[in-house]
Amino acid sequence: MQLIEFTEEGLYVPQADVYIDPWKPVNKAFITHGHSDHSRYGNKSYICTHSALPVIKHRLGSHINARGADYGEEISVNGVKFSFHPAGHIIGSAQIKVEYKGEIWVASGDYKTTPDGVSEDFESVKCHSFITESTFGLPVFKWKAQSEIMSEINEWWKSNKEQGKVSVLAAYSLGKAQRIINNVDHSIGKIFTHGAVENVNEVIRRQGVHLHETNRVIQGQKQSLYEGSLVIAPPSAVDSAWSKKFKDFSSGIASGWMAMRGTRRRRSADRGFILSDHADWDQLVNAIKATEAEKIYVTHGYTDIFSKYLSSIGYYSAVVDTEYTGDELNTEPIVEEANRATSA
Amino acid sequence: MRGFAQLFKQLDQTTKTTAKISALVEYFSTAEDKDKVWAIALFSHRRPKRTVTTTLLREWSAELGDLPLWLFEESYHIVGDLAETIALITPQATKVSEKSLSEWIDIIMRLKDEDEAVKKSTIIEAWSSLNQDERFLFNKLITGGFRVGISQKSIIKALSKYSGIEESKITHRLMGTWDPTTITFEELVLASNPTEDLSKPYPFYLAYALDIDIDQLGDPEAWSAERKWDGIRGQLILRGGAYYLWSRGEELVSEKFPELAFLKDKIDKDIVIDGEILPYRDGLPLNFNTLQTRIGRKNVTKKHLLDAPVIIMAYDLLEYDGEDIREKPLRIRRSLLKETVQNIDSDRLLLSEEVKFDSWDELSIERDRSREFLSEGIMLKHKSSPYKSGRKKGDWWKWKVDPLTIDAVMIYAQRGHGRRANLYSDFTFAVADGDRLVPFTKAYSGLKDTEFKEITQWVKKNTRERFGPVSSVNPELVFEIAFEGIAKSTRHKSGVALRFPRIKRWRKDKPKEEINTLEDLNNILANFG
Repeated sequence: MQLIEFTEEGLYVPQADVYIDPWKPVNKAFITHGHSDHSRYGNKSYICTHSALPVIKHRLGSHINARGADYGEEISVNGVKFSFHPAGHIIGSAQIKVEYKGEIWVASGDYKTTPDGVSEDFESVKCHSFITESTFGLPVFKWKAQSEIMSEINEWWKSNKEQGKVSVLAAYSLGKAQRIINNVDHSIGKIFTHGAVENVNEVIRRQGVHLHETNRVIQGQKQSLYEGSLVIAPPSAVDSAWSKKFKDFSSGIASGWMAMRGTRRRRSADRGFILSDHADWDQLVNAIKATEAEKIYVTHGYTDIFSKYLSSIGYYSAVVDTEYTGDELNTEPIVEEANRATSA
Repeated sequence: MRGFAQLFKQLDQTTKTTAKISALVEYFSTAEDKDKVWAIALFSHRRPKRTVTTTLLREWSAELGDLPLWLFEESYHIVGDLAETIALITPQATKVSEKSLSEWIDIIMRLKDEDEAVKKSTIIEAWSSLNQDERFLFNKLITGGFRVGISQKSIIKALSKYSGIEESKITHRLMGTWDPTTITFEELVLASNPTEDLSKPYPFYLAYALDIDIDQLGDPEAWSAERKWDGIRGQLILRGGAYYLWSRGEELVSEKFPELAFLKDKIDKDIVIDGEILPYRDGLPLNFNTLQTRIGRKNVTKKHLLDAPVIIMAYDLLEYDGEDIREKPLRIRRSLLKETVQNIDSDRLLLSEEVKFDSWDELSIERDRSREFLSEGIMLKHKSSPYKSGRKKGDWWKWKVDPLTIDAVMIYAQRGHGRRANLYSDFTFAVADGDRLVPFTKAYSGLKDTEFKEITQWVKKNTRERFGPVSSVNPELVFEIAFEGIAKSTRHKSGVALRFPRIKRWRKDKPKEEINTLEDLNNILANFG
């Protein structure tokens, strides 16, 4: 019996009868983070970090049976020791360490190893088997420093402002939006947000995290209010009629996919900023090396290529089919999350 | 290189034509003349002669990026562009270079006679002194293919705006053969009396596909119809006793079709004819495939001349006795054309006959017969239309025959590359043969982005097996596949090869049990092959 098995419901720890980030409803789910492909509806109980809990409740409904844990806190289930360790992906995101009779596995969910000023900094956990994503598991993906990308965004915003334009920036509403809000140059102007972003902001502020001041875009407000400001919205909204409410605007997208000219052109935004909440090639390879694991399971992204590469440098590596997407552009639900929370 | 990289970035970052033109004007106003000539050349698909093979570029960049070659190739497949893949994979620059675009081009051209070691050290030196954007452009100088969404028209508009010279004059000056290594900006663009160039073609007039109801064209009397021939659009120039043949891609192809050269001796007037270069034998056009076998070749062999003989099927007359007659109405040009073709009297130059019709219904019936004539449909031209430049709506329309279609099930999906790098976008389709599924075509265009996204999600959940970037999937999704032609093939499992296959629509309404069969496919082959 493997400590973690790959089943139709999700990653399964049979000794504890616990699932990690299951995609079908189960009794006991340990959740790495609040993105919708990792925390889904219908589980009887949820355990995640204290800082991930508010967003998960916001998304899935406050009635769910969910509890929080501290990073590093040990939770024993039938002799199996579970603990959460920062994954650096978004606020509250964790790698889940599973230990039984001296054998250690780590399911890392989604992660990045460089600090972003908002999420808890990634922490490397030594283990025997490591389950990794590979959303950007190709050597063409090499991120620049966050400060460099933020100055690109600042430049763009400034130049739009000088031309009297609104800067509409597409960014995932949970994670990247807050990262941008806190790291851009606030002296340039005001920041407005789409409802989906602002709802998440409210939840995050309530849990005591400092976010720079933002203003919700409300239907029917005067055009002049937005002039020269930065508007942050989910990619689906920027593509839709929603953005038409701004008379004269320049559109941008912040995503790791913007590293490729092809995907950048397909999105037909004015500007692409290469900013991702996932690890790039070097981060993936270095993170794996740092775990000192022998066996590497690759769950989503360029799995076949990345796994083949790991095999070529001496790891035992296998591709595991999951329903995680890790995709930053194509999967965020269009429905505003607040509506879901009340109807769930 | 920095100025050119800046220009390229500006062009690449906007979809607005006005913004592109103003970026070009700004570049023309600030760049060195030599760089301007090269910029025009590169954006109109000219590049320095390749002095380093792409195989070597791949090896060196993989080595520099410390990656196995297979991983480089996988990355290239997904990125979809060699120059870009190399730029992304090679390490960040360690130095800064002040060399200009034309200086870098000189460096590349001088590599021609150098040995491999010199080539390698020169290229690696270049990679380590250029930033990522510049590296990409440097690689493009070698590999070619600057796809930046900038049309020839925008370049001409920008040059016109910058120089104050009429667009039509600049269009003419940029056409034809010129060598960016020797020509100056003055000679290319500004010179008011460019050396008399007998070979200069006129811009082609291209038609849009008919997008309105045929009845809306009004009185059928006002329109002239011809078959739309399936060859290569060309311009035959007979001036001053010389013969030139241009393809629509502004490429001089005279030497590829030597069997037409004798036409220059058959007429003593200067004329320019717009027509189709058509493979043709015994009074009938041949399949387009036969022409394809010879256009890619550098040298024409006797076998080519025998297997794929060509004629010019004449559509229009643009110049008569040295006079530009494009502004005259079609009916006048047509009658001059008819007379000219008759006088030349050769079986290598035929008049594209008019299709007679009294009503749109009659023409519609003629259109349905297109495949009998190995033609793609009907061309409609207003009898009083002038010969315009470029693709214009209104006076000329192409009215293609409806494509052939078949319903098939998807059995393989492959990750896309380039614009569709994060989606599954290349699919293989099968028809039924009893319990068996027989793959018969691939197709990757025709769906909306939202549909690609939906299918990508579905593929991830319905994968049976993986073969690198290809996934075999549960045979469940049914699509209607459209194609223009069909031919027997020994290279395909199904025994047929399709021309221009694409996805017409996703048949969500159709269960997989109701897809077409191999027998249906063979019937289409028997009728239209």
